Amino acid sequence: MKKFIGKRILMMIPVLLGVTFLIFSIMTFTPGDPAAIILGAEATPEAIQELREKMGLNLPFLSRFFDYIKGIVTRFDFGTSYINGRNVKDEILMRFGYTFRVALLSMLFALGFGIPLGITAAVNRNTWKDTVSMTIALIGISMPTFWFGQMLSIVFALKLGLFPASGIGGIRFYILPCLAVSMMGIAAMARQTRSSMLEVIRSDYITTARAKGQEERKIIYKHTLRNALIPVVTQAGATFGILLGGTLVAETVFSIPGLGSYMVTSINSRDYPAIQGSVIFIAAVFGVVMLLVDILYTVIDPRIRAEFSKGGK
Amino acid sequence: MNLQKETKAPGGQPAKRKSMNAMVLRRMKNNKMAMAGLFILTFIMLVAIFGPLIAPYSATKTDLLHTYSLPSLQHPFGTDELGRDIMSRLIIGSRASLAIGLISMAGASVIGIMLGSLCGYFGGKVDTVIMRFMDIFQALPPLILAIAICAALGPGLNNCILAITISNIPSFVRMTRASVLNIRRMEYLEAATAINCSTSRIIAKHILPNALSPLIVQLTMGVATAIISASAMSFIGLGVQPPNPEWGAMLSAGRGYIRNYPHMVTFSGTMIMITVLSLNMLGDGLRDALDPKLKD
Amino acid sequence: MSEGKMKTGDLLLSVRDLKVVYTSAGATVEAVNGVSLDIKRGESLGLVGETGAGKTTIAKAIIGVLPDPPAKILNGEIILQDSDLLKLPEKEMRKVRGKKISMIFQDPMTALNPLLTVGDQIAEVVSLHESVSKKEAMNKAMEMLEMVGIPADRYAEFPHQFSGGMKQRVVIAIALACNPELLLADEPTTALDVTIQAQVMEMISVLQKKLNTSMLLITHDLGVVAESCDNVAVIYAGEIVEYASKEDLFLDPAHPYTLGLFGSLPSLTGDVDRLTPIPGLPPDPENLPDGCSFHPRCRYAAEECKHGSVPFKEVSPDHFVHCHMCHCEKEV
Repeated sequence: MKKFIGKRILMMIPVLLGVTFLIFSIMTFTPGDPAAIILGAEATPEAIQELREKMGLNLPFLSRFFDYIKGIVTRFDFGTSYINGRNVKDEILMRFGYTFRVALLSMLFALGFGIPLGITAAVNRNTWKDTVSMTIALIGISMPTFWFGQMLSIVFALKLGLFPASGIGGIRFYILPCLAVSMMGIAAMARQTRSSMLEVIRSDYITTARAKGQEERKIIYKHTLRNALIPVVTQAGATFGILLGGTLVAETVFSIPGLGSYMVTSINSRDYPAIQGSVIFIAAVFGVVMLLVDILYTVIDPRIRAEFSKGGK
Repeated sequence: MNLQKETKAPGGQPAKRKSMNAMVLRRMKNNKMAMAGLFILTFIMLVAIFGPLIAPYSATKTDLLHTYSLPSLQHPFGTDELGRDIMSRLIIGSRASLAIGLISMAGASVIGIMLGSLCGYFGGKVDTVIMRFMDIFQALPPLILAIAICAALGPGLNNCILAITISNIPSFVRMTRASVLNIRRMEYLEAATAINCSTSRIIAKHILPNALSPLIVQLTMGVATAIISASAMSFIGLGVQPPNPEWGAMLSAGRGYIRNYPHMVTFSGTMIMITVLSLNMLGDGLRDALDPKLKD
Repeated sequence: MSEGKMKTGDLLLSVRDLKVVYTSAGATVEAVNGVSLDIKRGESLGLVGETGAGKTTIAKAIIGVLPDPPAKILNGEIILQDSDLLKLPEKEMRKVRGKKISMIFQDPMTALNPLLTVGDQIAEVVSLHESVSKKEAMNKAMEMLEMVGIPADRYAEFPHQFSGGMKQRVVIAIALACNPELLLADEPTTALDVTIQAQVMEMISVLQKKLNTSMLLITHDLGVVAESCDNVAVIYAGEIVEYASKEDLFLDPAHPYTLGLFGSLPSLTGDVDRLTPIPGLPPDPENLPDGCSFHPRCRYAAEECKHGSVPFKEVSPDHFVHCHMCHCEKEV
C-alpha cells in the first residue's frame, strides 16, 4: 500500500512540474512589461531596463524557469509580488486557510447531503421523492454560485439579519458562503449517486442477493451503495474542483480574505508572481486531493487494489 | 426478446438505423422536461439573435437622470447605476453568454475530438504525449485554469472564449479516445471473422452513433458550464468588459447596491439560471433518449 | 389448459397456470402463458427451450425476484407445501428465498458482488436463515467451499481472483449452503467452457442427490437433460408443449417442436449431410400467433391449429403433449 502511495506521489511530480511550466510560460509571454507596469507610466526607458536587470527579466526563459522551480522546492519561495514587494508565499499561506475551510466544509455538505439525496431518489425511483430530489439537484447545478451567494446574502443577511453578510470570524461567518458554494456540489453528488445506484441495481449480483432472501435495506446499503460508490468517488474529485472554483468567486461576494480574493486583486493589478504562485499552489492542493481520491478507490474496490499492489494478496 | 426484429434480412440494416433515430426522437418528444428546456432555449436564442432589433433601449447609452430605477412600465426590469435599461442589457448580454458557450464548446469539441482520435488511432508515443498534456491541463480545476489563461492574455470576450475552450478540451479528448479504442477493438473482431470491407461501413453506421451519444450530451452540458464559467469570469473582472453588457458582469456591478436595489442583481442572475437550466434539462433529456439500456 | 398432471404423494412444488407479462414503452410482452408443472421431492425436472421462451421468467417467478415493473404476474399459483408463494407477504417470502428455494444464475461472471469476499457471500446466506454466530456462519461457508471443490483457505479472496468455473462453484455453494428443498438452476453451465461444463454439471448432480434437493434445471442443451434430469418439460413461446419423463421424451418425442429439436441435433452415429433445423423464427412475444403458437412453423399444422385453444393430450401414462396433431396420428 505504501508503495502505491509512493508511486502515486512520484507520478504527481512531473504533472505539477508541467503545470508550473505551463503557468510560468503563460505568465511570461503575456503582453506588457512587468518592469514598466511596476514603475508606472512616467518611467524612463533606462529605469525600466535597470529594473528588468534587477528582476532578472532579461535572462533566458529556461534559466528563469529553473530558478523559479529551485526557489519553490528549496525555500518554498514563490517570488515577490510586483505590487507590494512582499513574499507571495506569505500571502498565500495566510489566506489559504480561509479558502480551504470554506471549500472543505462545502465538500462535506456536498457529500453529507448530496449522497443521501441521490440514494433516496434512486431507491424511490419515479415517486415524488425522486422527482423532488432531482428537481432540486437540477436547479442546483444551474445556479451560478456567486448569484446564489448574493441571493442568500440579500435574504438571510440583509433582510432577515440572521447571518453576517461578509468577513470572517466564528462559524456564523462561514454558513452563508458554504451554503452558496456547496449547492452545486450537493446537486452534482446527488445526480451522480442516483444514476450510479440505478446502474448497479440492475446488476446480476443484486438479484443474487435478493435470491438469498436478503432484506431490501441491506441490499441497498451493503450491496448496491458500495458498488455505486466508485463513480461517485470520481465525481467527488471533480466536484471538489468545482467547489474550489466556486469558493474563489464566493470570496468576492462575501468579502472573505482568502486565496480567491487574492487572485482577483492580483489579476486586476497585474501582479503576475502572485497569480502564478496562487495557481500553482492550488494545483498542488488539487493534486493532493486527487491522490486521496485514488487511495480511496483502492480502499473501496479490491480489484483496483490488486492492480496496484505488486502481485500479491 | 424481439428476435424477429433483430434477424431481419440484409435489407434491414438501414431500417434498423432509421428506427433507432426514430426511437431517440420519440423519447425526446415524450420527455416533457427536455421539450420545455428546448423550448426555453430556442426562445433565448431567438432573443439573442434578434437582440438589437427587439431591445427597447440602447444597452450602452447612459441616462444619468434615471439611475437605479425600480422595475416599472417603462423599464420592466429597472435601470442600473448608469441609468441604462436592464432589460435591454439583458437582451444584448444574452448574445455574449450564448456566443461564449457555443463557440467555446464548438472549439473544444472539434479540437478534443481530433486529438482524441489521434490518441486512439495511433496509440503509442502519440497517445502518451497527448494524454500527459491532458493530465497537466486537468491538474487544475477548470475554472481556475480558465481564469489563469484569461488573466495572462488579458480581459475581453475573445480571450474568455479561448480560455474556456482550452479548459474544456481534455474531457473531449478522453471521451473520444475511449470511443476510438472501443471501435478499434470491434474492428479487430470483425477482421478476425474475415468479412469483406462493406462491413466497415456498417461499423461506421452502428458504432459511430453510439460514440456520438456521450459527445452530444457532453456538448450540451458543456455549453451550460461554459456560460456559468463565463459569467463567473466576467463577475471577477475578466471576460466581457464594460460598457458591453454581460450577465455576470451585471451581477458584479450591482454588488454594492444589493441592500437598496436588489433588482440590479436578481434579473441578471435569473437569466443565467434559466438559460443554464434549460440547457441542463435538454442535456438530461438527450442522455436519457440516447441511452440504449434505458427501459421506459 | 392444464389437465392430467402427475399426481403423487411427495409433491414439493406445484405451479398452476402461471401467466407473466413484461410491459415497457407501451408494449406488452407475453413471456409466460399459462404454465403448469409439478416437482416432486428429490426430482430433477429439466425445462428445455430456446432463449426467450420464458424459462428464466418461470424460475424467477418461483423464487420471487421478478422485477416489478416491468414484469407483472397476471395469474397463477405457485404452491410450495400448501402455501401459495404468490400470496405470501414479502417478509415471509424472504424466509423462503435462499432457505427453501435457491437459485443459480446463468452468468457467473456477474453473479457475485465484486466488493465482498467469496466466503462472506456464502456466510451471508447462512447468517440470514440460521441463527448462528458469525464464526459458525464462516465455518459453514468454509465447509461449503470444500464441498464445491475450492480450498477453504480461499475464503477471503475476491470474485475477480477466480475463474468463471470457480465463480460458478461459489454460486452453487451459496445456493446449497442452507440445504434448500428446491434448487432452480438457470443454464448453470452455458457461460462456461465446454470442458468445465461437464465438471460443474456433475458436481451439481452429485450434490443434488446427496442432499436430496429437488431441482428445476433450465437448459437449451438436450445433452445436459439426458445426463442430469428425471423428467422434462419442453417450453415454447411461454407454454409447456411437452411434458414427460426423460426416457419418454428421448425415445418417443411427440410434439412437432420437440421432434424439430431432436432433428436439428448432429448425430455421432449416423451420416448426415445436412442438419434439419426448424424452419422459421420464434414468434414475437409481443404478438403471438392465434391458436397454437407453433403452428406457423409446424409441418403438421392443420386448420384447427390456427385458432382456439389447444388441448393437452396424454400420449402415454405421464407423457403429455400440448398439441392437436398427436404423434400417433402423423407419419413422417
